[in-house]
Amino acid sequence: MLKVRVIPIVMLDGYSVVKTIKFSTRRNLGNPITVAQIYNTRNVDELILLDIDASKHEEKIDQFIISEISSKCFMPLTVGGGIRSVDDVRLLLKAGADKVVINSEGYRNPQLIKECSDEFGSQCIVGSVDVKKESDGSYKCYSNGGVQATGKDPMQWIESLEDFGVGEIIINSIDRDGTMAGYDIELIEKISQHVGVPLIVAGGAKDEMDCVKAMKAGANAISAASIFHFTDITPEQVKNELKENGYPVRKIFSRN
Amino acid sequence: MGTVAGIIDIGLGNIDSVRRALTFMGFANQLCAKIDDLENVDRIIFPGVGNFYKASEVLKETRFNIAIKEHVLHLNKPILGICLGMQLLCDRGYEGGEAEGLKLISGEVVKLEKGNSSERVPHMGWNEVHFKNKSILFKDIPDRMDFYFNHSYHFSKVEQNKVVSVTPYANGFVSTVEDKNVFGVQFHPEKSQELGLQLLKNFMEL
Repeated sequence: MLKVRVIPIVMLDGYSVVKTIKFSTRRNLGNPITVAQIYNTRNVDELILLDIDASKHEEKIDQFIISEISSKCFMPLTVGGGIRSVDDVRLLLKAGADKVVINSEGYRNPQLIKECSDEFGSQCIVGSVDVKKESDGSYKCYSNGGVQATGKDPMQWIESLEDFGVGEIIINSIDRDGTMAGYDIELIEKISQHVGVPLIVAGGAKDEMDCVKAMKAGANAISAASIFHFTDITPEQVKNELKENGYPVRKIFSRN
Repeated sequence: MGTVAGIIDIGLGNIDSVRRALTFMGFANQLCAKIDDLENVDRIIFPGVGNFYKASEVLKETRFNIAIKEHVLHLNKPILGICLGMQLLCDRGYEGGEAEGLKLISGEVVKLEKGNSSERVPHMGWNEVHFKNKSILFKDIPDRMDFYFNHSYHFSKVEQNKVVSVTPYANGFVSTVEDKNVFGVQFHPEKSQELGLQLLKNFMEL
């Protein structure tokens, strides 16, 4: 059986790991290579590395950081931040990324997603969607690190992303980001009815049971940052709780 | 001189991950960007992500399609295909249009069909490898362990005696093939942590 993935998210502001609250207030958490190595020794299922300032500053996630991490960590790496061309994707794959995340540029130039999935296969291209709940209760997509309203409805936008050729979706709740108040279960339920490719959920993970709730709402993979950075909860504990609740998790192997 | 692995480097994605994994374990390796580079190596690793049709065209343009067969069939060098590299061992594939494979292991590469409504394609993440035939590739690796997969197509119509493992997704697909010195894995050993490193070690120590 395909196993439920528990995926720590490592956010970067160029060269340091940071964690935001509601995409705003930040805490600096040190060196990304060290952080990745800790997760590697804990046998996490995958790591997501996102440079959250790259698009705003018209820069790209640092390729050197990715190649350093992939020289030491032999696990799946999903990488994004400021991706604007097919060559950007090529360089990150060469640096050791397995999947590349496209977010802001997808709104400006959706053709890029098609070009990338034709070139590298849709399994390589992840569409990331940052969503905020508006005062009228509707959900809307935001770009450029959550600061720019796009006016797009996330359900419709995700269908478009799939048509352009993404092989996976990460949905992130801006309102819940860094709050540890619980995933937006209503949002996950809505999205999961509209998505045909694997769905990773992010934003607000509270504890082990909350991850189980997100799975019940239709997620295929759980991702989180704050609970792993700031609490005693480990990815392993989340997986144990998922297992208790009947979700299959990966068996770990150690070489002699 | 120890065993040297040649990693085929024709622009098909994340070759460096394989190279780093071999280097990490202390195995000599070099990238093979042109066919003459194959002369200096005694193992061939063929990693790849991307589109079957495009890859097939590149193999023809670079003449790697002929050179690989020469080194594998006549010089008896072991080859390990990974992901798209595994798929390209077949007769033909249908991703991006019908195209020829290397014809090292008979079969066809077709799109994964969902086995039930809860499955989603691409098949992405960790899944089990169930042994069907014994293989030296899985020395010291128990049955039904989880490896990392990331693909939308799979190797089909393989002769039973060449199927080393199957994986329970999309009604079950072939995840490892083997015929003498030809090996192919649909999953990514270079991204499957300790488990994958063990498999690469087994291949290097054949």
